[in-house]
Amino acid sequence: MAVTDTGQTEVSTKRPSRLFKNIAAKIAAIPMIFTALVVFVGCTLWTIYHSFTRSRLLPAPDKWVGLDNYERLWSENRWLISIENLAIYGLCSLVLSLTIGFVLAALLDRKIRFENTIRTIILYPFALSFVVTGLAWQWILNPELGLQNTVRNIGWESFTFDPLNNADIVIYGVLIAGIWQGSGFVMVLLLAGMRGIDEDVWKASRVEGIPAWKTYIFIVIPMMRPVFVTALVIISAGIIKVYDLVVAQTSGGPGIASEVPAKYVIEKMFQAQNLGLGFAASTMMLLSVLVVLIPWAYLEFGGKKNG
Amino acid sequence: MTYSVEIKQLDLAFGAVKVLQGLDLNVSEGEFLVLLGSSGCGKSTLLNCIAGLLEITDGQIFIKGKNVTWAEPSERGIGMVFQSYALYPQMTVKGNLSFGLKNAKIPKNEIEKRVARAAEILQIGPLLDRKPGALSGGQRQRVAIGRALVRDVDVFLFDEPLSNLDAKLRVDLRVELKRLHNQLQNTMIYVTHDQVEAMTLADRIAVMKGGAIMQLGSPDEIYNKPRNLYVADFIGSPSMNFVEGHLEGGLFKVDDMVLPMDGYVFAAPQTADRLATIGIRPEHVVTGELVPNAPLQFNVDVDLVEPMGSDTLVYAKLGQHPFRIRMDGQASVKVGETISIGVDPSRASLFDTATEDRL
Ligand SMILES: Nc1ncnc2c1ncn2[C@@H]1O[C@H](COP(=O)(O)OP(=O)(O)O)[C@@H](O)[C@H]1O
Ligand SMILES: [Mg+2]
Repeated sequence: MAVTDTGQTEVSTKRPSRLFKNIAAKIAAIPMIFTALVVFVGCTLWTIYHSFTRSRLLPAPDKWVGLDNYERLWSENRWLISIENLAIYGLCSLVLSLTIGFVLAALLDRKIRFENTIRTIILYPFALSFVVTGLAWQWILNPELGLQNTVRNIGWESFTFDPLNNADIVIYGVLIAGIWQGSGFVMVLLLAGMRGIDEDVWKASRVEGIPAWKTYIFIVIPMMRPVFVTALVIISAGIIKVYDLVVAQTSGGPGIASEVPAKYVIEKMFQAQNLGLGFAASTMMLLSVLVVLIPWAYLEFGGKKNG
Repeated sequence: MTYSVEIKQLDLAFGAVKVLQGLDLNVSEGEFLVLLGSSGCGKSTLLNCIAGLLEITDGQIFIKGKNVTWAEPSERGIGMVFQSYALYPQMTVKGNLSFGLKNAKIPKNEIEKRVARAAEILQIGPLLDRKPGALSGGQRQRVAIGRALVRDVDVFLFDEPLSNLDAKLRVDLRVELKRLHNQLQNTMIYVTHDQVEAMTLADRIAVMKGGAIMQLGSPDEIYNKPRNLYVADFIGSPSMNFVEGHLEGGLFKVDDMVLPMDGYVFAAPQTADRLATIGIRPEHVVTGELVPNAPLQFNVDVDLVEPMGSDTLVYAKLGQHPFRIRMDGQASVKVGETISIGVDPSRASLFDTATEDRL
């Protein structure tokens, strides 16, 4: 059977061992497989283990304390606020950067003039580090220097827009900067996806008299599902580990109003010297990622076989 | 009489590149017109202009007597089928057929009726609930044709609809398309680079080159009376034999041979002597016992033999000139042999060597 398949293997009548198929590619992948196993899986397990101990410093072996760290974590106000902030920031920035990014991509896709210039301008924030973005938006949102002052100088004396100093809305100030940085990236990714769509599909929908917005929603977006998934995964990863933006823009303030989990983890581990608690927090973050990822992976890969 | 599609002085340029210039074309009601030409000659561009997918630079387009030069594609009363099928991949076949109709706010029972009719004509009834991804190429193209069919339009536009299919399917679907045209009697404008498709399907063929129509005529005219050297060379496989010589007082002279052109119908009376090229189709050359009956007879030296089953292609030399001959599949000819052939000048074509036009 193996012979007739290709008509080329005349010598051996047995199917060649699958282990040696594409051997060069497999050798090339070894370092990456090794890294993934040892560094990612290994360190993750190590982290989870130590989140159940009273470790304070590296190297860590210390007494097993069961769920103590987790109990302490969930009773701490700062952690609860961090989680709440992450939820708000995450949800809004996911929805808004995908929406804004998609709209921008669709506009550019309509073959407007100066596409390159506009694309560069919009993509520019993505090329900046979060620290720069954070500082820039700290200035823009600074009541004495930025937006509020400018508008008041124009003549609207009572104008107030001061999110970074208002504990109730400070996270939205961070959100603006995050979206500003994220939507350019989403736009480029989705634009590449849109350009990959067969032009004849557009022609067909025009001949049928389907308006452009309907074509986008009912035809183009469903066709771009893989690109959306990619964008979603990359943005989500960025959201969960958001840290530098907050540090640069607000340092978690005012008070603890704009704290985020990643910041909590890093400070517990390297400043408060409470490795166990930091690990417990990072394990919770990992858990939240899995809660999102597992149902998605099940739908994406498990569903196909059955349906 | 009003034409189904009427194109007047059409100009189309992409920026500075002029693709179509001053093009005129009339298509009658119910006609199957094929736009034939090699890749890049502007066939698709012309079709897209008719569809309204490209904004023309100058000129006018009429469909059913109505000036549609500035009308949206959906308002022109056309349906279009593309080479890449261009189905909506996330919708079922039924969804693909009905999406445009739903959008046009056509009543539900009417949509059902049209979809059912298209499914019956194209035999895609059992596929209605499948997604395009689960269909073969031929089935996909049928769905794409169905999508044009349900629009209930007068003019169908096809842009190389069979080019993505493998050879056997292509022939099957070609036959079906012809049957479909006989059944529906719609006007169809069909773009292809495949001359077999053009010859078999067309009522009339427009042979295009460099954005201009070289010849517009029935397949018979295009094949037997090509208007210039380009058309003569483009149509027919293997292509026509050309031999350059002189035309002097109704005699074609090449090297030391003199060919009386008895029976040849000149496009215009020939008075002056001139450089001319004679074109003879390989399949119009006779051999064997038919030679003595032919008006003109030659001896040629066989260079190469290509047996193709149904017939045999012989590459020979007529003096210094390469000359292809299509013979019966049973013919036994050997390389190096000298064989005699017969030619009928009334089936040949004569061209002015300088202008390349038919004489
Ligand atoms: N969008 C475009 N922009 C610029 N040039 C184009 C465009 N579309 C087609 N062309 C040019 O127009 C000519 C005709 O193209 P087309 O009509 O697609 O040829 P074909 O006969 O193969 O269908 C080609 O030379 C092509 O390069
Ligand atoms: Mg084309």
